[in-house]
Amino acid sequence: MTGPNTPMSEYPIGEDELQAFIDERLDGERRAAVEAHLAARPDVAERIALERRQRAILRGRLDAKFAEPIPGRLRIANLRAVQRTSWVRSWTAAAASVIIFVAGATAGWFANEIAPAPLPVAPTASVAQGAHAAYRTFVVEVAHPVEVGVQQEAHLLQWLSKRLGRKLAAPDLSGFGYRLMGGRLLPGGNGAAAQLMYDDASGRRLTIYVRAADGTETAFRFQKEGEASTFAWIDQGFGFAVTATASREELLPIAEAVYRGFEGKS
Amino acid sequence: MADAEALLEPLIPALRRYAYALVRDHDAADDLVQDTLERALSRWTLRRRDGDLRAWLFTIQRNVYISSLRQDRRRGPHVELDESTTPSTSALQESGIEAQDILAALDQLPEEQKSLLLLVGVEDFSYDEAAKIMGVPAGTVMSRLSRGRQRLRALLETGRATLLRRVK
Repeated sequence: MTGPNTPMSEYPIGEDELQAFIDERLDGERRAAVEAHLAARPDVAERIALERRQRAILRGRLDAKFAEPIPGRLRIANLRAVQRTSWVRSWTAAAASVIIFVAGATAGWFANEIAPAPLPVAPTASVAQGAHAAYRTFVVEVAHPVEVGVQQEAHLLQWLSKRLGRKLAAPDLSGFGYRLMGGRLLPGGNGAAAQLMYDDASGRRLTIYVRAADGTETAFRFQKEGEASTFAWIDQGFGFAVTATASREELLPIAEAVYRGFEGKS
Repeated sequence: MADAEALLEPLIPALRRYAYALVRDHDAADDLVQDTLERALSRWTLRRRDGDLRAWLFTIQRNVYISSLRQDRRRGPHVELDESTTPSTSALQESGIEAQDILAALDQLPEEQKSLLLLVGVEDFSYDEAAKIMGVPAGTVMSRLSRGRQRLRALLETGRATLLRRVK
C-alpha cells in the first residue's frame, strides 16, 4: 500500500486506504493525504466519519466485557483438572470392558464344571488384554488418537522410555505399509504402559504396546477378539503386544519384525 | 505444558470479548471460550511454537463458532442473512432490533463480515493476521471489511434515531 517516494498530492486514495484510515493504521504522511482527499469530498468524508464512529462505538460497547475478571471455569488449571478426569473416566471404561471379558471367561470354566483352581492369568495374556483394551479405546479416536504426535518423535520416545524404565525405539514398519503416528502413556500392570500407533495409507491402524511384566522370555501368544488380532510376548521383564485389525497370517510377520526391533535393546 | 497457563490466561479476556460479540449471551460466550481453550490445550504440543499464539487461539475459536452454527442449522431452520436478504427497515423495527445496540446490528451481517469487523476493528489484528485467521487472501479482507462497514452503517442508519442514542 505504500507508494515509495510518491509526492503527497499524488497518493492514490482507494478504498483500502480509506479503511486503513478508519482503523488508524496510516502513518502521518499517508494520513495527511487521506485527510486532504476527504476535505475535497464531503460526501465521502461523511461516510468515513460515520464508519470511524461506528468502530469506536463497537469497541466501547465491548470494553466492559474485556474488563471482567476471568471466571473460574475458564481458568487453565481448572480446565486441566476436568480434562484429566474425563481421560481417567474413558480409561476406566476400557478397563471395565476387560474385567467383563475376564469374568465371562471365568464363568465359562464353571459352567463346564471343570472348575480347576483359578489359573493365574499368564503374563502374556495380561499383556495382550491390556494391549487390546488400549487398542479398542484409542484406535477409534479421531480427534486425539495419540497424545504426542510423530512430529515430536524424539521427545515421544524419550518420554515413554523414561516412564517405562526401558529404552524404547519405534520399529520401522514402512516395509508393511505402516507409518508411525505417535504414541501415548497409559496405566498398565503395576506401572506405566506405552502405546505407539501406526497407520497405513488406507487409514488402518496398528498399535504396539509395551509395559513391564514378569518373566524373561516367552513364545508368541496369539489372540483374536472381534476384528482385532494381537500377538503378545514377554522379553527380559517387559511385555510387548502388536494389535491390528488383520488376520493372523498378516500380523505374524509384523510381530516378528517388531520382536526383532526390540530384541536386545533393553 | 507448564507454560500453557502463563501463556493462555492473559489472552482469555480478548477471547471472551470476541465470543460475546459473536453470540451476545454471557453464558454461551463462556461456553465457546471453554471449548476453544480445551481444544487449544489438547493440541498444545502440536502448535507452532514460532507462530502467533493469539492468532492461533482466535482461529480455533472462530472455527468452533462456525461449526456450532452448522450444527444449529442441522437442528432446525436457521436463517443466515446474506447480501440478498438484508432485512428491510420495517422488518428490523418490528423485530425490536433497533431498540437493542450495535451488537444486534452487527449480528445482521454475514459471519465473515461480522468476524472481520471484530478481529480488525476491536481486536486490532493486522490485515494480514486477520486474513490468516479467516483463511482468505489479504485482498479479500480489504473488500470484505469495506462491505461489512458499509452494511453496518446502512443498518445503523435505518434505526439510527433510536439506536445511536442508546449505545453511548
